[in-house]
Amino acid sequence: MPWETNDNLGDDILLTKRIIPCLDMIRGRVVKGTSFTDLRDTGDPVEMAAFYYREGADEIVLLDIGATIEARETMVNVVERVSEQVFVPLTVGGGVRNTDDIRRMLAAGADKTSINTAAVHNPHIVAEGAERFGSQCIVLAIDAREVAGSKPRRWEVLTHGGRTPAGLDAVQWARQAVELGAGEILLTSYDADGSQKGYDLELTRAVSTAVNVPVVASGGAGHLDHVYQVLTYGKADAILAASIFHFRTYSIVQVKEYLMAKGIPVRY
Amino acid sequence: MPVPRNIAVIDYGAGNVRSVANALASLGYHPDLTADPARILKAGAILFPGVGAGPSAMRELDSSGMSGCIRQVIAENRPFLAICIGMQVLFDSTQEGRGCDCLGIIPGEVRRIPPGPKIPHMGWNRVKQHIRHPVFDGIPDGASFYFVHSYCGRPADPTVVAGTTEYGVTLCSMIIKGNLFATQFHPEKSGKSGLRMFANFLEYALGNQR
Repeated sequence: MPWETNDNLGDDILLTKRIIPCLDMIRGRVVKGTSFTDLRDTGDPVEMAAFYYREGADEIVLLDIGATIEARETMVNVVERVSEQVFVPLTVGGGVRNTDDIRRMLAAGADKTSINTAAVHNPHIVAEGAERFGSQCIVLAIDAREVAGSKPRRWEVLTHGGRTPAGLDAVQWARQAVELGAGEILLTSYDADGSQKGYDLELTRAVSTAVNVPVVASGGAGHLDHVYQVLTYGKADAILAASIFHFRTYSIVQVKEYLMAKGIPVRY
Repeated sequence: MPVPRNIAVIDYGAGNVRSVANALASLGYHPDLTADPARILKAGAILFPGVGAGPSAMRELDSSGMSGCIRQVIAENRPFLAICIGMQVLFDSTQEGRGCDCLGIIPGEVRRIPPGPKIPHMGWNRVKQHIRHPVFDGIPDGASFYFVHSYCGRPADPTVVAGTTEYGVTLCSMIIKGNLFATQFHPEKSGKSGLRMFANFLEYALGNQR
């Protein structure tokens, strides 16, 4: 087998850019408003995940935004049922507090677990999770808010679903988590989330250039061009979106066709 | 002699057995998840999934007695599909961790992907088909499959290379040698193309019976 370096390939173009729908859930139900008309039950995460899988999603993210202790069993059950119908990678987050939670989600059929608040309080969970299950299973989720008036722009980390400033710089935290063993960063802009005015390109670019693991951009998608911008200028490896898919503003296929026409490699 | 119809998925405590079983179930098959050599030796098709690290997988295989069973079914040319770490442990040795000897079924060594692109190699990448084979039926040349790995095997014999993938270097992403199939990617996580490859493999191994 040849093993010479192929100098004409930049690492940007090697992997296809991933398009990832996100299902936000409380007590086992999808909660962000949806306007699906073609599903029997638009709040059922299993049906929605299967729908996006058939549409060509490259990965599915299930986030338990309620993340109560009682919801844990429900989530395990949802993950088990989703993994029976979805044959692309599955990331599960929300309320992952220790390596035992990670183990249970992986055993239920998740491929990766995303950790947010627990990692800020106890960064060791990232190291321990990576050690026990491999970095590829450990996604560090960062909710970042711009520090008002900062120049150059800086972003602070928020925990507890955006309610609590953690006193950490988002770019520094991403770097530290990768050193600890995080295999991917799921980066949400608190300012852009829900605005549909586009991803925070500067934030995404700052984190993407600071770490050597994939960065998934989240928060603010409203138009196809937003996706294109964050994958190019923002240097993201993947995009995550909820509303544009749930409200059927765009289908997964439409996003991919748009990107393909602009020369972005996608799985089609 | 009739072809044995049962499918064994080797469950040695280090594989994503559940995902593979779910994928096979979605195709209408009823795999037997087992660590029992007696059942594996009787199977008509054997799948050998793996995630994690090569050395720890080898320890599990050796301590459970599975190593001998795998050598035997491959020596008997039983239809056998190894996935990811399952593929890597078929080689002579791996450099992962402090390095270790592997099963020695495919001559060659498992090495870390050379520096350059992001490691692990995680995501969807294309597989260039180097041979024509029923296992590729309905799967376009260059179709994308899902990869998650930092190490990769380099077979000494280039004629066993059935698929390659560009990632800074040309990686051997699939091997076919007689009835032995091995993929560095995860068919169970590769959407339609992956399911099609499973279906092709099982049809090749078992004929058209569910």
